[in-house]
Amino acid sequence: MAYSDKVLDHYENPRNVGSFNAEDEDVGTGMVGAPACGDVMKLQIKVGENGIIEDAKFKTYGCGSAIASSSLVTEMLKGKSLDQALEIKNTNIAEELALPPVKIHCSVLAEDAIRAAISDYRSKNGTQAEGYEACKSAA
Amino acid sequence: MKQLPIYLDYSATTPVDVRVAEKMIPYLTTLFGNPASRSHSFGWDAEKGVETARQQVAALVNCDPKEIIWTSGATESNNLAIKGAANFYSGNGKHLITVKTEHKAVLDTVRELERQGFSATYLSPLENGLVDIEAFKAAIRPDTIVVSVMLVNNEIGVIQDIVTLGNICREKGIIFHVDAAQATGKVEIDLQKLPVDLMSFSAHKTYGPKGIGALYVCRKPRVRLEAQMHGGGHERGFRSGTLPTHQIVGMGEAFKIAREEMAKENARIRALRDRLWAGLSDMEEVYLNGDLDQRVPHNLNVSFNYVEGESLMMAVKDLAVSSGSACTSSSLEPSYVLKAIGRDDELAHSSIRFSIGRYTTEEDVDFAVSLIKDKVTKLRELSPLWDMFKSGIDISSVNWVHGTESHRDPEKVAA
Repeated sequence: MAYSDKVLDHYENPRNVGSFNAEDEDVGTGMVGAPACGDVMKLQIKVGENGIIEDAKFKTYGCGSAIASSSLVTEMLKGKSLDQALEIKNTNIAEELALPPVKIHCSVLAEDAIRAAISDYRSKNGTQAEGYEACKSAA
Repeated sequence: MKQLPIYLDYSATTPVDVRVAEKMIPYLTTLFGNPASRSHSFGWDAEKGVETARQQVAALVNCDPKEIIWTSGATESNNLAIKGAANFYSGNGKHLITVKTEHKAVLDTVRELERQGFSATYLSPLENGLVDIEAFKAAIRPDTIVVSVMLVNNEIGVIQDIVTLGNICREKGIIFHVDAAQATGKVEIDLQKLPVDLMSFSAHKTYGPKGIGALYVCRKPRVRLEAQMHGGGHERGFRSGTLPTHQIVGMGEAFKIAREEMAKENARIRALRDRLWAGLSDMEEVYLNGDLDQRVPHNLNVSFNYVEGESLMMAVKDLAVSSGSACTSSSLEPSYVLKAIGRDDELAHSSIRFSIGRYTTEEDVDFAVSLIKDKVTKLRELSPLWDMFKSGIDISSVNWVHGTESHRDPEKVAA
């Protein structure tokens, strides 16, 4: 199994591992995947009053590529607005990590995790309607 | 400290013992004759090497040298035994019995015979990996002609009760084949006492070269087989083909060393294996696959819960181990042996097989323990499933949101 250096780097030194309190108003939590599929990602965002993602944390049960995808995503999210975050595509993630075709689904799951986290935040903060405009099926 | 990775995969293959290699080399360049050449000393010298080796192999398993047939390895021995016996005795019936945890060399052979018109029963073992004797008895039919059960399992190292199974077969006149590839040098094999008709041996699992094995074919009572390799009638017609003298001499020497050193070596290896298990079982949610007692001293097969299998294998790249067995390690399927003993997919995926051998040191074991503990801990810190387990959530009751559904239905997003 040949992993790219970027994947190995995220695997050996994952960024932003951990959890926020899911009950907090300013936290959005997305949990996607299933143990039977071999991939479960939990992604959490902490959103500031100005609608900018201040912080992000992740926990993943999955292969090296899944761990790397979710770790990279936490880095990509910080400092973005929610709408900007929804623009992140799995292809960005896959390219950055040089994922082989058999591992592209890890980047898709990571993109789903972003949407799930934002959707959760918005439903807690009453701005749900906007969440679905950007909802086009992932490439 | 040896160079990395540390080899703990002796069940996959073993290095050729230096003493064995030294014995083999003259037969490549000097004593190179064809053992079947009857008319000159090149042939006679080679034949002598072959017959000495045959006695050495027979001595390890306490049988008559005439009962040992040379093959290219245990896979060929399994093919010859099962296909050879099934075809010869097909007049008495066409039903075969084997176990789901057998090596693919047996399972695929039986499957091929099914394709050719035989029928087969594949028994499920008990959770500890052992054959259920009652289920075995119940599977026997009037038209059963051949049974194949391995002595030692390659993935979980469990030792089957060959005596009981063999006696049942003897009573019913069924041919009993035993794949002993993983057993030589690890457990006592006494064919004078074992009610076995056919037994397969491999050299490369016992510090001999790859590409050579043997098949024991009982002469009292005489077992007949249909040959699978034709062309010259070598090995009393059982297996044609020029004998690879250097390989045979290697196997003989390896088995001789095994007989002389087995007791002492096993004691040392058992201590190392127990040290490894003591270190690993110190962690939570670590499961041993297969019975601990009815097991060879070399093998340890462990599942680490809440850690995904591929990330675990990446984590232990400084150890040469396998997840499942060598033959399945290239595919991403969970081990069929672990599934057969009842492990669910996730535990089957997150398993590691450690197999210790002649050159393993205490240092190697301590290194393995500390590496595994460190990596498993780190991977669990990354794992949301471990979090859920720690907070008492029953993971099997969670309604998982698969991939793209999450943003379609907000109610379903797990908080």
